[in-house]
Amino acid sequence: MDIRPILSTLRRHKFTACLLIAEIALTCAIVCNAVFLIGQRLERMDMTTGIAEHELVYVHMAYIGMPSDGMARSAADVAALRQITGVKSVTMMNQIPFGDSSSNMGLRIDQTQQKDTINSAQYFGENMVQTYGLQVVAGRDFQPEEYQDLDKVFAGLRKGDLNALPKSALVTQAVANRLWPGQSPLGKQVYVGQGIPLTVVGVLKQLARPNQFEKGAQYSVINPIRIAMSQGAIYVLRCAPQDRDQVLKEALAKLKALDPNRIVLNKGTEDQLRHNYFRNDRAMAGILLGVCIALLVVTALGIVGLASFWVAQRNRSIGVRRALGATRRNILSYFQTENFLLTTIGIALGMVLAYGINLFLIMHYELPRLPAIYFPIGAVTLWAIGQAAVLGPALRAAAVPPVVATRSV
Amino acid sequence: MFAYYFDLAFRSLKRNKALTALMVLAIALGIGACMTTLTVLHVLSGDPLPQRSGSLYYPQIDPRDMVDYGPNVEPPEQLSWVDGMYLLHAKRAARQALMTGGMVPLQPTQSTVDPFQAVALYTSSDFFPMFGVPFKYGTGWVDTEDEGKARVAVISASLNDKLFGGKNSVGQVLRLQETAFRIIGVLGDWHPNPHFYEWYMGSYASDEDVYLPLTTARDLKMEHDGSTDCWGNSGGDPEHLETVNCTWLQFWVQLDTPASVADYKSFLEHYSQDQHTAGRFLRPPNVRLRNLMQWLDYLQVVPSDTRLQMWLSLGFLAVCLINTVGLMLAKFMRRASELSVRRALGASQRALFGQLLIESGVVGLLGGLGGLLLALFGLWLVRQQPADYAELARMDIAMLLTTLIIAVGASLIAGLLPAWRACHVAPALQLKGN
Repeated sequence: MDIRPILSTLRRHKFTACLLIAEIALTCAIVCNAVFLIGQRLERMDMTTGIAEHELVYVHMAYIGMPSDGMARSAADVAALRQITGVKSVTMMNQIPFGDSSSNMGLRIDQTQQKDTINSAQYFGENMVQTYGLQVVAGRDFQPEEYQDLDKVFAGLRKGDLNALPKSALVTQAVANRLWPGQSPLGKQVYVGQGIPLTVVGVLKQLARPNQFEKGAQYSVINPIRIAMSQGAIYVLRCAPQDRDQVLKEALAKLKALDPNRIVLNKGTEDQLRHNYFRNDRAMAGILLGVCIALLVVTALGIVGLASFWVAQRNRSIGVRRALGATRRNILSYFQTENFLLTTIGIALGMVLAYGINLFLIMHYELPRLPAIYFPIGAVTLWAIGQAAVLGPALRAAAVPPVVATRSV
Repeated sequence: MFAYYFDLAFRSLKRNKALTALMVLAIALGIGACMTTLTVLHVLSGDPLPQRSGSLYYPQIDPRDMVDYGPNVEPPEQLSWVDGMYLLHAKRAARQALMTGGMVPLQPTQSTVDPFQAVALYTSSDFFPMFGVPFKYGTGWVDTEDEGKARVAVISASLNDKLFGGKNSVGQVLRLQETAFRIIGVLGDWHPNPHFYEWYMGSYASDEDVYLPLTTARDLKMEHDGSTDCWGNSGGDPEHLETVNCTWLQFWVQLDTPASVADYKSFLEHYSQDQHTAGRFLRPPNVRLRNLMQWLDYLQVVPSDTRLQMWLSLGFLAVCLINTVGLMLAKFMRRASELSVRRALGASQRALFGQLLIESGVVGLLGGLGGLLLALFGLWLVRQQPADYAELARMDIAMLLTTLIIAVGASLIAGLLPAWRACHVAPALQLKGN
């Protein structure tokens, strides 16, 4: 198909053609970036935590008046919670993935180091590996005699008595690979605070930090420290997924019976925590999707509108062409080719613009670079939409009878 | 003349209903999306205390050790107890208040209400006059009550409604963490947004239920919530927050003149230098003194998603406008012969231009009205979202007028070019062609 006549026609409608190209370019650029952002959000929401997410329920409570024997009371609570039918394991933890609080610490591999190598989440609580369903891929879990009470740890820190502090740690594979790439982390020392050494005794396959995932989603360390409810611990219970509601109900009743002088701050399943944690991302992904669809629809309607005008305007010349021997196919493909040309120029400009917007987003929102795969996908989408939009008007043009040429106006 | 042009515009728009609908809809969608996001941004980045924000400052000093030290590091966002108390008692500003947030168990005396966790702010006496907090009943506490760790409480209007049915509860007893507090004040309408003075409990729509003296709260070992940032081997033990190397308190001062701001800044520098010389601060003096709006800017309280949504909607509006310009241009150019006849009959180019502009203005006005409805719907959708600021997303008069002005302005701009080109048709050529 010769495109010269198309180009010379477009030259007579330079301004309108430019507008259509600009519209397609902007749409292409915005849609490419929006789809990329949606992908980023979905990827975030898809993150793994390494814990038995569907089997955990939690209860977070606060005392109305502080008891002096917090540790003993918490031990009694845990013993009672273990009696609930269906409960496989119970623990008291300082934090839980997707929870709203977080305890973090800087890790160093050398005592003299001035800057922390990484910042990791600091989990503590007894029996965490079993309750959270963590996978130890090397080394071992903590022995019962390794655990220290949190209040004794604090007292030790105040007095500078390092003997009161825990000496071992479990680290995730992500931490091990970052601190000692290519080496076995078992037996290695990691330093926290002002040179407090911890020996790595085991490696976990995965354990996500509670939040602040931008600091390294899988940077987590467990210390063998016991924590009581009065110190802010959360009760975490593991059971079969179908027992969760029942277990939660019974646990609440039991805790209330044991000591009514406390308030439930928060309770639920780990699945609910995940759902709530990502609700803003979900809403944003929905908004982005809505904008993409609206943009494509508006652009498609714009193409339909403009093409209809051009068809109506060139009614007579189409008739002349038909009278001079052009087939319906020729007319149809004329409009299709015209649209293809405009869309292609728009897409080419749109790609440049998309790249520019992506650079802007990288600067302001710390996003990665737009993967190249988005460009061909964006192009094909816009070509398809352009062709679909122009089909109606083009068919109408093809239906113009040759006799129109003989009529005036 | 105007009426006649309007009549012509409506006739012309009616002739091609689908196209008119398309143009109006495109403008309405663009304006609606744009105004929704701009309204949210306008609400979220507003000034919480318009009359006072210019003289409220947030001092920062850097008491940390040399770990992670580097040039141009920002000082911590909060103060330690030792530094906070020193600055508070130094009284170098017109007013100053030290504060932190927390949750405190509240046991209502009314048996109908279960015990619950109340949102608390532990602060010092200047908090109320410095921020101009309105009182419905009673007053705040005074310096001596701070020093005496008095068991006094100021409660919010909503807590007063909940516990006392909105009646004057001054003098009544409030049981917090098994301790009896005397209510000395009930606040009036106090909902600063963003929640600038304590942002860890939520930047928006996070009003406290009770206000207690900070010294009293520490005396009773009330739990503090928010961020506790420690250095060295202190571990952030909540029982000994007065002595540990942790920052966990927010401090605000009122400085009314530029001279007092400069004085206060040099006071902070001298204090840091003294502490550095004494060996308590290991870093060289590193102070900041931002005013309220600069501080909010530094904290980046406006969620980045909100800004992203605004850019997205501006892009969307641009596409919708280009779409409308294109359609309008095509439409005007198609009427070249009609316009030529009018030109030949004596209409000036200006008259034609005016007529076409009125036609595009009508489209803009309709689109703007549609956009306004869509924006109201959009804001309703935002309010259904889970974000903490959702409740605040409401349109005010200023935004309403802005919407209409932007809509008509945008469509006039959209109509300008097509009208300009259309009124420049050469009448003779067009008439001959027919």
